[in-house]
Amino acid sequence: MVTHTPVTSIANSSAAARKHGGAFDVLQEWITTVDHKKIGLMYIGYALIFLVIAGIEALLMRVQLAVPNNTFVSPQTFNRLFTMHGTTMVFFVGMPILFGFGNYLIPLMIGARDMAFPRLNAFSFWISALGGVLLYFSYFAGSGLYGAGTAPDVGWFAYAPLTARVFSPGHSTDYWTLSVLLSGIGSIGTALNIVATTLCMRCPGMKLSRMPLLVWLYFVTSCIAFIAISPLTAAQIMLLIDRYLGGHFFDTQAGGSAVLWMHFFWIFGHPEVYILVLPAFAFANEIIPVFSRKAIFGYPAMVAATIGIGFISMGVWAHHMFTVGLGPNANAFFTLATMVIAVPTGIKIFNWLATLWGGNIHFTTPMIFAIGFLFQFLIAGLTGVMLSASPFDWQLGNSYFVVAHFHYVLVGAILFMIFSAFYYWYPKMTGHMMSEKLGKWHFWLFVIGFHLTFDFMHIPGILGMPRRVYTYEADRGWAIWNMIVSSGAIFQTIATLIFVYNLVWSYFKGPEAGADPWDAWTLEWSTSSPPPSYNFAKTPTVESRRPLWDLKHPEDPDANYE
Amino acid sequence: MSFWIYRAAASKLIASTIGAPAREIAQWASHGICRTAGLLAFQANHSSTSIFAPEGTPARSIFGLSMFVLGICAAIFLIVSGLLLFTLIRFRHRDGDSEREPAQIYGSNQVELSWTVIPVLIIVVLFLATARVIFITEQARKPAAALDVVVIGHQYWWEYRYPKLGIVTANELHVPVSDAAHPTPTYLTMSSADTDHSFWVPELAGKMDVIPNKVNTMWIDPDKPGLYLGQCAQYCGTQHAKMLIRVYADSPADFAAWVAGQQHPAIQSPGASEGMAVFQRNACVNCHTISGTAAQGTFGPDLSHLASRATIASGSVPLTQDNLHAFIDDPAHFKPGALMPAMHLSDHDLDAVTQYLMTLR
Amino acid sequence: MSTAVAISHPASEEWKQPSRGIVGMACLIVAESAIFIIFVVAYIFYMGKSLSGPTPHDVLDLPIFSTICLLSSSITVHFAVHELRAGKIGRSSWWLAGTVLLGGIFIASTAREWYELIYRHGLTIRTNLFGTTFYSLVGLHASHVIAGLIMLGIALIFSLKGKVNSSHADRLEVLSIYWHFVDAVWVVVFTVVYVLGR
Ligand code: HEA
Ligand code: HEA
Ligand code: HEC
Ligand code: CUA
Ligand SMILES: [Cu+2]
Repeated sequence: MVTHTPVTSIANSSAAARKHGGAFDVLQEWITTVDHKKIGLMYIGYALIFLVIAGIEALLMRVQLAVPNNTFVSPQTFNRLFTMHGTTMVFFVGMPILFGFGNYLIPLMIGARDMAFPRLNAFSFWISALGGVLLYFSYFAGSGLYGAGTAPDVGWFAYAPLTARVFSPGHSTDYWTLSVLLSGIGSIGTALNIVATTLCMRCPGMKLSRMPLLVWLYFVTSCIAFIAISPLTAAQIMLLIDRYLGGHFFDTQAGGSAVLWMHFFWIFGHPEVYILVLPAFAFANEIIPVFSRKAIFGYPAMVAATIGIGFISMGVWAHHMFTVGLGPNANAFFTLATMVIAVPTGIKIFNWLATLWGGNIHFTTPMIFAIGFLFQFLIAGLTGVMLSASPFDWQLGNSYFVVAHFHYVLVGAILFMIFSAFYYWYPKMTGHMMSEKLGKWHFWLFVIGFHLTFDFMHIPGILGMPRRVYTYEADRGWAIWNMIVSSGAIFQTIATLIFVYNLVWSYFKGPEAGADPWDAWTLEWSTSSPPPSYNFAKTPTVESRRPLWDLKHPEDPDANYE
Repeated sequence: MSFWIYRAAASKLIASTIGAPAREIAQWASHGICRTAGLLAFQANHSSTSIFAPEGTPARSIFGLSMFVLGICAAIFLIVSGLLLFTLIRFRHRDGDSEREPAQIYGSNQVELSWTVIPVLIIVVLFLATARVIFITEQARKPAAALDVVVIGHQYWWEYRYPKLGIVTANELHVPVSDAAHPTPTYLTMSSADTDHSFWVPELAGKMDVIPNKVNTMWIDPDKPGLYLGQCAQYCGTQHAKMLIRVYADSPADFAAWVAGQQHPAIQSPGASEGMAVFQRNACVNCHTISGTAAQGTFGPDLSHLASRATIASGSVPLTQDNLHAFIDDPAHFKPGALMPAMHLSDHDLDAVTQYLMTLR
Repeated sequence: MSTAVAISHPASEEWKQPSRGIVGMACLIVAESAIFIIFVVAYIFYMGKSLSGPTPHDVLDLPIFSTICLLSSSITVHFAVHELRAGKIGRSSWWLAGTVLLGGIFIASTAREWYELIYRHGLTIRTNLFGTTFYSLVGLHASHVIAGLIMLGIALIFSLKGKVNSSHADRLEVLSIYWHFVDAVWVVVFTVVYVLGR
C-alpha cells in the first residue's frame, strides 16, 4: 500500500527548478519569506529547539527531585527552572508547533495558494519568535541593576502579588510578561489568519461541510484563540501598568485583588489547554482514518463536538481555583461545567473507536503514536474528571497529581500526536520517508519513559506532595516514587534524541516518498512532495470530503454518502 | 481500615440514582480501588500526609467522594480501553489480507446518540455526589464549642493567633481533639501578610488558599490525638518548599495545659539575662516579639515560647541547641532565601542568645 | 494523468466566499472586544474599592459634547464610504475630513479632561484604584481612537492626493467597521465610567 501512488505529481521537481544561491541568499530567502510552507517549517523548527531546551530544564528538575534533600540546584534555580519549563513548553513549544503544522497544512488541504494574509503570517511568526528569545534573554539581563542575570521565577501562571515589584524586584518578571505578551500577539495574528483562510480561501467545491476535519478543528481552535488569548493580553498590560507606572490592579496593599489575576489568567489558561489539544485531535482525525482505511466515523458529530468543546471551555476556568474560597455555589457550578466537557470529548473518543472498528489497521509509526495518544488521553481525561469534583480537588489541587494529570495530556496526548504528525507529514514536507525502524525505537522508548515518569507521578500527589517544591523530606515516603519518575525521564531523553536523529538522517537518506506515500485522501497528497511554492498548478475542485478517495474509487465516490 | 464503609456508602449513592447494573460495576471497581488506596495509605503510614488516610470529618467526606469518583472513572477506563484493545487486535492488518479497502461506514445516529446520553447520565450522578460533599463541608454549622484560630501566612512561615485565648504562636498549631459526641472543631480564619499561600493538612481536610486582602475560612476536627503534617500548597516564593505545617491534636487536658503555658508571659530566667540583653540590643526586636519584653516586631515568628516548640524554620528543622545556633548564625544554611538575614553576631553573643532562646518555654 | 486536472470539475455553481478584509476585521474586533471586556470588568470590580480619594463622583464630569462628536463621526465615515462607492471622490474626502475632525475633537477633550484631573484634582494612575482603572480603560480606548485617526488621516491624504478611486471602497469600508467598533466601545465605557461608576 505504501508504494501505491495513483497520483502523479504535476510539478515534477520544483527543487531542481529553484536556483541555488549562496548561504546568505538562502538565509535571506527564509527571513523574508511569506510562503506559508516556509513559515510553517520555521515555526516547527523553532518549537523543536525550544522543546529540547525546556526538556533539558525538566531533566534538571528531575535530577534535583530524584532523591530527598538534594542540593543539586539551589531553590532559586529550581523555581526558575519550572517557570521557564512551563512557560516555554506552553508558549514556545506547544503553540508554535501546532501553528506550524496548521500553517503548512491548511492551505494545502483546502486547495489554496497561501494563507489569507501572508505578510501578517510572517509578522506573527517573527513576533512570537522574538518573544521566545526575549524570555531566554532574561538569563543575561533579568535582574537589571541587581547583579547577574536571572530568569523569572514566578511560575507559569505568575500569581499576584508575587509578581508585584516588592516581591519580584529586578526585570526578570518583566521579561516573562513581555515575552508572553508578544507570543500572544503573534498567536492572535496567526489565529486570525487561519480563520480568514478557512472562510475565504477554499477551492471551488470545498464547502464548510466538506473541509477536512483538521481544518475544522484548527478553525475552532483559532476562534478560541482570539477570544481566550486577548484576556491574557489585557492582564499582561495591567501587570505592566502596575510594574512600570505604579498602578494598583494587583497591588494587594492598595486594595488590589490577587484573585482578579487568577480569574483573568485562567479565563485564558483553561481555553489555552484546549487550544493546545484540539490540533492534536485534528491530527488524529486525519491519521486514524487513513491507517484504518476507513472514512472518519460521524463527521458531523465530530464537528459539533469540537464546537461544543470550544463553547464550554470558555465557562470552566474556575476549576483551577477550587481552593481559592469562591464559595459552595461557584464551586458546584464550575464542577458541573467542567464535567460537561467530558461529553463532547467522549464523543470524539468513541468516534475514533468506531473508525477503527471494522477497519484494516496498519501499525505504521504515525499510527502507533496515535494509538498511544488514544489510551493516554483517555486516562488523562479521567484524572481531569477526578480533579473537577471540587472536594477531590481540595486534596489533589497543586499536588503532583495535577502535574501528572496535565503531563498526561500535554505529553501523553499532545506530544504523542505531534510525533505522529511528524512521521505522517514529514514525507510531504521533505519528499523523504522517515525511518520506520528508528520510529519504532522512538515510540517504544518514549512509551516506557512516559509511563515510568507520569504514571508514578500520581502517587506522590496522593501522598501529599505539593508541586513546585525544590526538595522534600526523606521521611514522607515520596522518595522511591520520585526516583522512578526521574528514571523515566532518561528513557524520554534517549527517545527524543533518536527522533531528532531520525529527522536529520531521513532528510538525507530517507527513501523517496512520492506524492502520496500513505495512499491518503486529502488534497495535500495530490501535489508533489515537497509541494511547489504555488502548491497546485491548477486550482483543484472537490466534490466530497475525500477528493482523492473519489479519484481512486470512481465507481463509489464519497459524494454519494454525504 | 474501614474502606468497606465508604464502598458501601458509594454504592448506596449510585443505587439511589441509577440502580442495580451500574451498582454492580461501581462496587466491583471501587473494591479494587479501595484495595489500592489501602495500600497507598499503608505505604503512607509513617509519612502521614496521604489523602487516603483521613482522620477528620472534612477529610473523611472528601475521601468517600474520592473513592466514588475514582471507582466510576476506573470503570470507564476499563470498559473503554478494553474495547479499544479488542478493536486493535480484532481489526489489525494481517499479512494475507486482500488489498481491498474495508467497508466504508460514515456514521450512525443511533450509536452516536447512545454514547452521548450515557456520559450525560454519568455526569449527572457524579455532579450530585460532588455537590453534596461541597455543601456539607463548606456550609457545616459551627457549634458553640468551636475554637477560633486566625491563620496568617507569611513568606515561609505561619502565624497562629487565638483571639479568645490571647495566644500568638508560630508554625505549630495546637488544637483540641474533637470527638463525635461533643464536637470541638477548630475554625481557621485565614489571610496572608504577603503573597498567596495554601493551608494543607491532607489527613484533616482539603487545602484552602491563604490570600492577601481576602479572608477564607475552613474547619478541622481531628479525631485522634497526635501530630498531623502538611505544608504550604501554593507557590509563594523561594522557600515555598520549606513552609511546613504541623498540627498537634491534643487531648482536652493536654490542650488546656498548653493554653495555660502559652498564656504566661515569656519566662525571664536569671541565668539567661545576658542573652536577653543581646537580643534586645540587636535588630532581632524589629522583627520578633517576645512577650513581656521590648521586642514587639511582627515581621518574623513570635518567639515568646520558642522552646516549647519541636521545630524551627517553619517545621523544617528540629529544635535543638545546635540547630538553633546554626540557624541564628546563618538562616540560609537551612533555608536559603528565607527572609531573616544573617545577623553576624559574635560567637559569644550568639551562644548567649541561643541559650536565652532555649529557656523560652 | 495530472491530478489537478483529474480532480477539477467545471464549476457548476458560482463559488463565492466572504471577503478576507471583512473577516479579518471581524476577528480583530472579537479579539479587541475581549480585551476591552477584561478592562471593563476590572473597572467594575474595583468600583468604590479605592482606599483613598478622590472618587469618581468628586472629579468626573459627563463628557457629553465629545461623546456627541465621536458618535456622529460614525455617521460621517459611513457617508464617506457610501460616496466613495458611488465614485464621488471629492465628497468622500469631505466626509472623511469631517470624521477626522470629529475624532480629533474627541481626543482633544479627553486630553483636556486628563489635564484637569492630573493638575487640578491630583488624580494620577498611581493615586488609587480609581486612578489606575480609569486611566487604563479610558486610555486604552483613546489609544484605539488615535490609531483609527491615523489610519483615517492616511486615507484622507491619499484621497486628497487623488490616489483613491471607487475600487478602494472595500478597504475604506473595513476601516469604517473598525471606527464603528471604537464608537461602540465608547458607549460602553461611557456608561460604565461616567454613568454607573459615578
Ligand atoms: C491540553 C491540555 C489539557 C486537557 C485536554 C485537559 C482536560 C481536562 N482537564 Fe486539565 N489541566 C491541564 C491541561 C489539560 N486538561 C493543565 C496544564 C492543568 C494545570 C495548570 C496548572 O495548574 O499549571 C490542568 C488542570 C486541571 C484542573 C485543576 C487542577 C488544580 O490545579 O487544582 C482540573 C480540575 O477540574 C482539570 C480538569 C480537566 C478536565 C475535566 C478535562 C476534560 O477536558 C477531560 C475530558 C476527557 C475525558 C473525560 C475522557 C474521555 C471521555 C469519555 C471516555 C466519556 C465518558 C467519561 C465520563 C462520563 C466521565 N484540569
Ligand atoms: C507541552 C508541555 C509540557 C511538556 C512536553 C512537558 C514535559 C516534561 N515535563 Fe513538564 N511542565 C509543563 C509542561 C510540559 N512539560 C508545565 C506547564 C508545567 C508547570 C510549570 C509551573 O508549575 O509553573 C510543568 C512542570 C513540570 C514539573 C513540575 C515542577 C514542579 O512543580 O516543581 C515536572 C517535574 O517533574 C515536569 C517534568 C517534565 C518532564 C520530565 C517532561 C518530559 O516529558 C520532557 C521530555 C523531553 C526531554 C527529556 C527533552 C529531550 C532532551 C534532549 C533531546 C536533549 C538531550 C541533551 C542533553 C541531556 C544534554 N514538568
Ligand atoms: C529582618 C527581620 C528579622 C530579623 C532582624 C531577625 N529575624 Fe529571626 N526571623 C525572621 C523571619 C522572617 C523568620 C522566619 C524564617 C522562616 O522560617 O522562613 C525568623 C525566624 C527566626 C527563628 C525561628 C523561629 C521559628 O519558630 O521558626 C528564630 C529562633 C529567630 N528568627 C531568631 C532571631 C534572632 C535571635 C535574631 C537577632 C539576632 C533575629 N531572629 C533577627 C526575621 C528576622
Ligand atoms: Cu507559602 Cu507556599
Ligand atoms: Cu482547566
